[in-house]
Amino acid sequence: MNILVFVKRVPDTESKIRIHHETNTVIEEGLNFIISSNDEYAVEEALRLREAKGGQVTVISVGAEESTTILRKCLAMGADEAVLIKDDLKETYDGLRIAKMITRAVEKKFPHFDLLLFGKQSVGADNAQVPSMVAEMLGLPQANVVTKLEINGTQGTALREIEGAEEKVIFSLPAVVSAQKGLNEPRYETLKGIMAAKKKIIPVMTLEELGLRKEDVAPQVDITKMEMPPARQAGKIIPGPPEEAAKKLAELLRREAKVI
Amino acid sequence: MFLVFIETREGKVKKSSLEALSETKRRAGELGSDVGAALVGTGLECLNPEIFSFGASQIFLLENEQLAPYSSQGYATALHELVKEVNPKAIFFAATAMGRDLAPRLAAKLGVALASDCTKVAVKDGKLEFTRPVYAGKAFLTLTLKSMPQIATLRPNVFPLVEPQNAVGEVRKKEVTIPPGAIKGQVAELLKEKGEEIDVTEADIIVSGGRGMKGPENFALLKELAALIPRSAVGASRSAVDSGWIGHQHQVGQTGKTVSPNLYMAFGISGAIQHLAGMSSSKHIVAVNKDPEAPIFKVADYGIVGDLFQVIPALKAELKKLFE
Ligand SMILES: Cc1cc2nc3c(=O)[nH]c(=O)nc-3n(C[C@H](O)[C@H](O)[C@H](O)COP(=O)(O)OP(=O)(O)OC[C@H]3O[C@@H](n4cnc5c(N)ncnc54)[C@H](O)[C@@H]3O)c2cc1C
Ligand SMILES: Nc1ncnc2c1ncn2[C@@H]1O[C@H](COP(=O)(O)O)[C@@H](O)[C@H]1O
Repeated sequence: MNILVFVKRVPDTESKIRIHHETNTVIEEGLNFIISSNDEYAVEEALRLREAKGGQVTVISVGAEESTTILRKCLAMGADEAVLIKDDLKETYDGLRIAKMITRAVEKKFPHFDLLLFGKQSVGADNAQVPSMVAEMLGLPQANVVTKLEINGTQGTALREIEGAEEKVIFSLPAVVSAQKGLNEPRYETLKGIMAAKKKIIPVMTLEELGLRKEDVAPQVDITKMEMPPARQAGKIIPGPPEEAAKKLAELLRREAKVI
Repeated sequence: MFLVFIETREGKVKKSSLEALSETKRRAGELGSDVGAALVGTGLECLNPEIFSFGASQIFLLENEQLAPYSSQGYATALHELVKEVNPKAIFFAATAMGRDLAPRLAAKLGVALASDCTKVAVKDGKLEFTRPVYAGKAFLTLTLKSMPQIATLRPNVFPLVEPQNAVGEVRKKEVTIPPGAIKGQVAELLKEKGEEIDVTEADIIVSGGRGMKGPENFALLKELAALIPRSAVGASRSAVDSGWIGHQHQVGQTGKTVSPNLYMAFGISGAIQHLAGMSSSKHIVAVNKDPEAPIFKVADYGIVGDLFQVIPALKAELKKLFE
């Protein structure tokens, strides 16, 4: 199987987010950047499929030079090749422009693939847009938020999470699948893998090479404000022994908060 | 016209879709537009009265046998045909599993950007302005979309329902043409956990347990508590889920579900940043924890510092009295 996996470099989830109010952007100083957590499940799934069926795993990221660090991590986990699509814009929160770049790269450079694997949603933008958009642009079926994946010849079966149930989706390959926690347990890099990954050359593709002009991928999302969530004020601590406190709580929920 | 996609499951309209319809009605009203509701599938007519009562002036029934099971390709094709015909200014979806799967597909068909999972929509200088959480709720963006039509998904449980009115409007049935081979993947089966009724994303009240619950058997306490409260569901921290005490679909947080219930009750949950990410937009928060320094108390409206194994039974007894 020829599998392409798409990974994004994002601030780790422990990060304290601070905002630059003039530019409405996140202050990057002091942030620790890592591979988006859902993308790790995608990489792991690709490696497992390759181990079971043979083939090749290529990881691709759209971003600045710094994104090579997460690509190297994927190589160290066991991916065969890694490619960076160079995009100089910082986070734009616009999934469409990323999807356009990915689509163009796949058409031009990797036309022979069986499966495109994504994370269900990138940490930060929290968009859950890119996988479905790429699927549409390439005319492929999709299965998003997947916790189980089986490939049998040219047919895939996936379980995807919905409200209070799971959907079994059956699709033909090639296809787009986006990964969710529960799909697998991502492996750690091995020392040998890390050493080998260091030596690997990571080709860089520019937008020009992909035949895209700046205006083709100009952000359509215009950020007018970025702010911290309204601070929740710490509330009342209800004193007293458990029975009394519970009684008081029930009363407050009914009379003050009016929620029960 | 403003268009809103109405999701149906097992012959019923999703509450989140009625919320989206309500918000569409309010914003369309501000811009002097009317509201069209789009339904996709088969056998949809019986739902018309409810949809009119929540503010649609036109209903479009997009029907085709091939659309009986959900498929992102089939549904997006159907909606795209309608959009080309009625040329809406804006298209809203509820940010449900289906909405989040479908809206980006339609946006890509139309070549437009999408605002995902919005918690606020406003009209400013004649333009729609969307507010949405990013970084798992650690920041909020306010944005406008340069492309037309405007497309957004709206977070469930955030937008209030309009008061239903006795109203009727125009119903248009459209037979959708699906080119052969256009649907390359679709839902084959729905797998439901036994006895589960409400998902955490749809519940009004969530009683949630963490590592402090100590073991799977004690989640029964939470289930009993939830059973006493109408429209409630059991949630969990990742620690509880990873320990195998309860299924993953109950997990709240960054890698789990984002919830905004009316009331979130956290028992034995410390309040790690990734957990807060999923629940801090709850309207009211209660924390029960034996550690007075637990960060969960910083976001809780009401806190009890104490042993949950004493508090839960006492609370159960109180709620029993209240609901009897
Ligand atoms: C990438 C990433 C993603 C993550 N995603 C999520 C996520 O989606 N959701 C999530 O929840 N976490 C997530 N986490 C994990 C998170 O960092 C915390 O580890 C987790 O939330 C802790 O769960 P907890 O509060 O149940 O456990 P703990 O932090 O161990 O807290 C247990 C609490 O129970 C209290 N307690 C113990 N006994 C009692 C008692 N008898 N009575 C009352 N109180 C008691 C203790 O005082 C303590 O505060 C993620 C982490 C990472 C790195
Ligand atoms: N800049 C990017 N480079 C590579 N893949 C990306 C990028 N942005 C998003 N993706 C992929 O699309 C998934 C969903 O992202 P999003 O639509 O931003 O929530 C991510 O988990 C990645 O797999």
